[in-house]
Amino acid sequence: MSILETESLTLSYGKKPVIQDLNLSIPKGEITVLIGSNGCGKSTLLRSMARLLAPEEGAILLNGKDIAKRSTKDVAKELAILPQGPVAPEGLTVLQLVKQGRYPYQSWLKQWSRKDEQAVTQALKATNMLEFAERSVDSLSGGQRQRAWIAMTLAQGTETILLDEPTTYLDMTHQIEILDLLFELNAREKRTIVMVLHDLNLACRYAHHLVAIQNHSVAAQGCPEDIMNEKLVADVFHMPCKIIEDPLFGTPMCIPYGKGRIAKNGLPTAQYA
Amino acid sequence: MSKYITARSKRFSFLIEKKTLFTSLILIFITMAIMSVSIGVGELYISPLDVIKSLTGTGAGINNVVIHEFRLPRILIAVIAGASLSLAGAILQGIIRNPLASPDMLGITSGAGFAAVTFITVFSSQSNNLTVSIGYLPVAAVTGAFLMGALIYLLAWKRGISPVRLILIGVGLMTAAQALTTLMIVLGPIYAAPQATIWLTGTVYATNWKDVYSLLPWFLILTPLLLAFARKLNVQELGDDVSASLGHSVNKNRFLLLLISTALAGSAVAFTGAIGFVGLVGPHIARRLVGSSFGALLPVSGFLGAIIVLLADLAGRTIFSPLEVPAGVFTAAIGAPYFIYLLFKNHG
Repeated sequence: MSILETESLTLSYGKKPVIQDLNLSIPKGEITVLIGSNGCGKSTLLRSMARLLAPEEGAILLNGKDIAKRSTKDVAKELAILPQGPVAPEGLTVLQLVKQGRYPYQSWLKQWSRKDEQAVTQALKATNMLEFAERSVDSLSGGQRQRAWIAMTLAQGTETILLDEPTTYLDMTHQIEILDLLFELNAREKRTIVMVLHDLNLACRYAHHLVAIQNHSVAAQGCPEDIMNEKLVADVFHMPCKIIEDPLFGTPMCIPYGKGRIAKNGLPTAQYA
Repeated sequence: MSKYITARSKRFSFLIEKKTLFTSLILIFITMAIMSVSIGVGELYISPLDVIKSLTGTGAGINNVVIHEFRLPRILIAVIAGASLSLAGAILQGIIRNPLASPDMLGITSGAGFAAVTFITVFSSQSNNLTVSIGYLPVAAVTGAFLMGALIYLLAWKRGISPVRLILIGVGLMTAAQALTTLMIVLGPIYAAPQATIWLTGTVYATNWKDVYSLLPWFLILTPLLLAFARKLNVQELGDDVSASLGHSVNKNRFLLLLISTALAGSAVAFTGAIGFVGLVGPHIARRLVGSSFGALLPVSGFLGAIIVLLADLAGRTIFSPLEVPAGVFTAAIGAPYFIYLLFKNHG
């Protein structure tokens, strides 16, 4: 069953079309990862699914209803997006940031209901940020900062969470930490997660549903094991590669050809060169 | 969580930081203290005891006149105008997401200044008297501020208002308005120049009760309205995408907040002249004291703005006594180095 759909969606920046006549369904309760080369429109697509960018044509359906026709506050209770590289104001504490996630539920007289408090505490716990609640966001490390922002989107209490490159600028350890956190959230609370990732191997490991964007449209979509192959990578990324099985997870793993040092003779790199 | 007080009932619920309450109380106390000193000192020194006597209606003749007719309205204007300017700056720093934003930086004050100087130039007579009532000068200044606000908004509009466009257009228009103001002073009659310059520096000298009653309603209406907007400012400061994702109408609220900011700054400078840097320094010190959350930042900015203008006026009346120096000279003397410090810190 799909929770989020695009209906013959066309998006453009200025006059340049980015996405054309796209019909895409995001499965409910699963992790969907969008991949594609730089500038292919995956971030634009994600933003439009969160009503941050109005469609040129077509519509976005959230739970079967056109998001453009609903009040933005109501949509905010069902869908959250974490944009790429968000910046917190100087000196803002983690608690103050995560509290903002409750904005769609508050009014100017009701700014800290029992429910707000519960949701915020829960979000801080789920992201292991409770001990940092009083720290200012700009004093945290990159990984902690990203966890604080994810906590804010969690406090929003939405069934669906969209994330635009949540692991950018993070080192390997913190990339895995963030993705594990999202994986657990999905497994435990059945939240639908849609994210843009650049690392194909991590995308294949964490995604239930992989969507490859190319040429204003979807090149392939489905379970990573089913769709990931050398031809797809060549088509979408214009990059020759070899796909092997991840020795730990059994998920597809993409090894790009190219130049580089050869440590052992007779490996396929030589063929390519 | 003992750092917080949770206030909850059926109708309302708030989370208040104890630090904010504590800081506010101290600042209220400081404001009152400076006000009391300010009432007593000046060209004519009145002892604290006589001040109390006069305020409670048992004072002697000359003291009564000085306190009730001259010093009290002047001090009240300093408090209200200082708070208004600082609040206006806090709003702008929130919507533009830049600590260097303030009503003077964005040209709102300059718009008021151009209108005021034009008024002074056009309606001055040879004998250095105005040909129309001075009571219209604030009207001209407020109109100038609003026209400038509208112009900035219209020129910055491009399928929504982006903070960067807002500040760039604002700085551009500020420069243009200042150039026109200078032109007006140069081309205008020589006898109008001193008055124009004093207006552009900003002073609470010679304000009266009529001014207080004219300025007070703006403040009393705008401030509670602004406090209701505190949470919107908070969410706005997270950036356009995040706030839109949270269900916040970015452009609508940015317009309303800009309007409130223009009204606060415009009404304040209408009665004091273009006192500078208060809108920059006030909110910035407030941020140091209580952090970035607007529920705390707004009241503390207000108190600090009041304190800054009060002190500037007190200094202007006492340091070079019997000569009076406009309060704006002192806010600039503190503000300009502070601005440079901010610029350096932001680069580092």
